[in-house]
Amino acid sequence: MSVLVYTENWDGVFKKLSFELVSYATKVAEMIGTSVTAVSIGDVADDELNRLGTFGALKVIKVEGNTNLDNQVYTSILAEVAKAEDAKVVVISHNNTGKAIAPRLSVKLNAAVGAGLIKLPVSTNPFTVSKKVFSGKAKANVVLKTDVKILTLSQNSFEVIEKGGAATIETFAADVSDAKTVVKDVQKQTGKILLNDAEMVVSGGRGLKSADNWGVIEDLAEVLGAGTACSRPVSDEGWRPHEEHTGQTGKIIAPNLYIAAGISGAIQHMAGISSSKCIVAINNDADAPVFESSDYGIVGDAMKVLPALAEAIKEAKNK
Amino acid sequence: MKIVVCLGNVPDTTTKVKFSDGAAFDKTGVQWIINPWDELALTRAMELKEDAGNLVSSVSVVTVGGKDVEPTMRKALAIGADDAMRVDAEATDAYAVAAQLAEAIKDKGFDIILSGIESSDYNGSMVGGMLAEMLDIPSVSAVSGLNLSGSDVDITRDIDGGKEQVSVSTPFVAIVQKGIAKEARIAAMRGIMMARKKPLAVVPAAEVESLTEFVEFELPAPKPPCKMVDADNVAELVDLLQNEAKVL
Repeated sequence: MSVLVYTENWDGVFKKLSFELVSYATKVAEMIGTSVTAVSIGDVADDELNRLGTFGALKVIKVEGNTNLDNQVYTSILAEVAKAEDAKVVVISHNNTGKAIAPRLSVKLNAAVGAGLIKLPVSTNPFTVSKKVFSGKAKANVVLKTDVKILTLSQNSFEVIEKGGAATIETFAADVSDAKTVVKDVQKQTGKILLNDAEMVVSGGRGLKSADNWGVIEDLAEVLGAGTACSRPVSDEGWRPHEEHTGQTGKIIAPNLYIAAGISGAIQHMAGISSSKCIVAINNDADAPVFESSDYGIVGDAMKVLPALAEAIKEAKNK
Repeated sequence: MKIVVCLGNVPDTTTKVKFSDGAAFDKTGVQWIINPWDELALTRAMELKEDAGNLVSSVSVVTVGGKDVEPTMRKALAIGADDAMRVDAEATDAYAVAAQLAEAIKDKGFDIILSGIESSDYNGSMVGGMLAEMLDIPSVSAVSGLNLSGSDVDITRDIDGGKEQVSVSTPFVAIVQKGIAKEARIAAMRGIMMARKKPLAVVPAAEVESLTEFVEFELPAPKPPCKMVDADNVAELVDLLQNEAKVL
């Protein structure tokens, strides 16, 4: 018996979410009285694989090659490993990759999915998870009725816990057929913090009035080491790429700090960011609904407040 | 090529959700819409039918639900879908919905199956992938671009850290997200009139199981009031973020 966790790397280096996942899987394993086996697909050096042990994995299974995500190939690999390891729970990220694999694996293993979780299961008998529903407007408890369960964990929602253990590394030769999806070209996003990975996010809305005014957002983001985001009208207008749209139909994110500038705070926007640990709103309309769901607010012109805020943060950092 | 778009019927995104006895979603006074991502998928399907040199012969839509989902399906027909299929079953969970969809569409010869990446009610992001696995065909997830040229299908998908151009052979499931179409289409009066006469077939439910059960709902606790800081005193905000919220 085991808890299996699928870890993701980027060019051979584990993403932070992988450590979140292993930490989470370790707690789940404690709840059901078993240990954690981590799976890594792709070419990752043993030194790097060993890091998974420090977060609680007892065993690391490496499946080399297969670096291009083909949903069927990845699913077959995970299903084989899950069977070999007698996995009772499989933990996967609720990111693009996880959303591609988890549903297929669910069918292959006849495993119920607890999708987009932000905390540990509520109980193990019956196996019950708590998840957000209606895009964050409510929470629900869901019973997973099958013997094997799949849990997909939202990014930045579970603390990384370093325990300092070691893992044994095994190689698994997965017998998989050829990929049916062919990757022809890749554009890697470089030099920019990925929105889903960002611990701080500075976001702009229509209140900034023009794409030319985004410098104030980018400057503050740079001072903070934050990612940049925007509201739906801004991406619809083409001022910013759609990848930056946060909200119900865009990206759902949960950074530690979310700064909303010139965003009125429509219910759909707030749904996408309501899990942020701290929300700051800057808007020239004191009656804007964004203030109802924010922790801190400033009524004022974002074009003036954002540069002032960037300066004040620089000063505070230099102290 | 024949395209089918799987549509979810969801509460309007501005809905203030309520629950009766904390155990079931309270549908009183709720406006229902096509799930926003599915609506984008339908929009792209219509664009392909109109623009790609007659490569697309038909666009169908399919929904799992009772008779009360038909107004939402008529909206899809008004936007331009040629025909609709309703699987007469309750949408109990993602697995059951995918299984009903798989039964309903498996022998219909669809080349491209489109499904939104998420539903705005239960936010699982599971149906499209489950459907593909049940049909044993490829799936491409997080699709933000879909183009046809001859028999080739060119897809842009978002990966966690960039974008990829992918090709795949039909039939396949594309799980689509923001970017697939610029803006969802709105039905014109002519479309609404025509939609009344378009076929809406009702398919009996297959025998399928649910793997999950929603047992309890809870609304979040109200947020404490927002602490206001003067625009001329941003240093105070920095202090609060450092020492009170402890996020800086």
